[in-house]
Amino acid sequence: MQIRPRFLFLAALTMMSAAQAAQAAPRDDILAGYAAQAKAADAAFAGFSAARGEALHRDRHSGGKPDSPSCTSCHGENTRAAGRTPVGKAIEPVAVSVAPTRYTDAAKVEKWFRRNCREVLGRECTPREKGDWLAFMTTQ
Amino acid sequence: MTTLIRSIAVGAALFAAGAVMLERARAGSDEFFPPVTDPLTRQECGSCHMAFPPGLLPARSWQKMMGELDNHFGEDASVDAATAKQITTYLVAHAADSTGYGDMRRWLRGVPASAAPQRITELPKWVREHREVSPREWTRKEIASKANCVACHVDGERGYFEDD
Repeated sequence: MQIRPRFLFLAALTMMSAAQAAQAAPRDDILAGYAAQAKAADAAFAGFSAARGEALHRDRHSGGKPDSPSCTSCHGENTRAAGRTPVGKAIEPVAVSVAPTRYTDAAKVEKWFRRNCREVLGRECTPREKGDWLAFMTTQ
Repeated sequence: MTTLIRSIAVGAALFAAGAVMLERARAGSDEFFPPVTDPLTRQECGSCHMAFPPGLLPARSWQKMMGELDNHFGEDASVDAATAKQITTYLVAHAADSTGYGDMRRWLRGVPASAAPQRITELPKWVREHREVSPREWTRKEIASKANCVACHVDGERGYFEDD
């Protein structure tokens, strides 16, 4: 019973790409869900925009808490670096390229949009804003 | 062969008993607070700050806090009802005044029975244990807040809060 190293290598490679695909699929489902909601809210909706998502992420907003006028107040300017909560705990980077398991659990994504949009904007985010923001993070 | 198995079993039992006794002895000290072991509690309570050991507050404090998560020290930390219920059950079962695990009652010295303190950092024992930390020290950038235990207690996540 001998297993060739090349076979092992190929098997590992297949498993790795399968794992990445497995994470992309739920993320796509979450985005599709937001797209359907955005379309329902506005018939002219023509897809998400990473550029709009970046603006939402980086802009300073009013209406939320004075301590957190922007997503970057806690997540930091660099999407690929760790952020920091107001009480000092590190936050995993928001960019999908460095945190590939992010945005794969729809309930978790909703929970954090609900909390953080209220903190930063003083209101819940719209489906379009959520999709734009996710679209930006998948390019990061 | 049976002798071997028997001696292994006896050894394992003695080891387990020793571990339990050690855990209890440590739980009685001011420096060890059993960390959160429930995965859901660890995840939900450990996103923004460390998942504080439930033995740091009495049950009535946890109950009050879990009923006001939409305004958790000014933040929206709300969770769905089922999650809140499961976390509350865990926290109450392992609270400082619970009999479930260790005995943290000494930690609550000076807390009136009628009070449900919310800030661990305002407990008389906490204040006393940190009286040697200068105000200037608290303003260090890497500390950020008094809720950031692990900035100084490097083994805080594992329950150890001895002087550092």
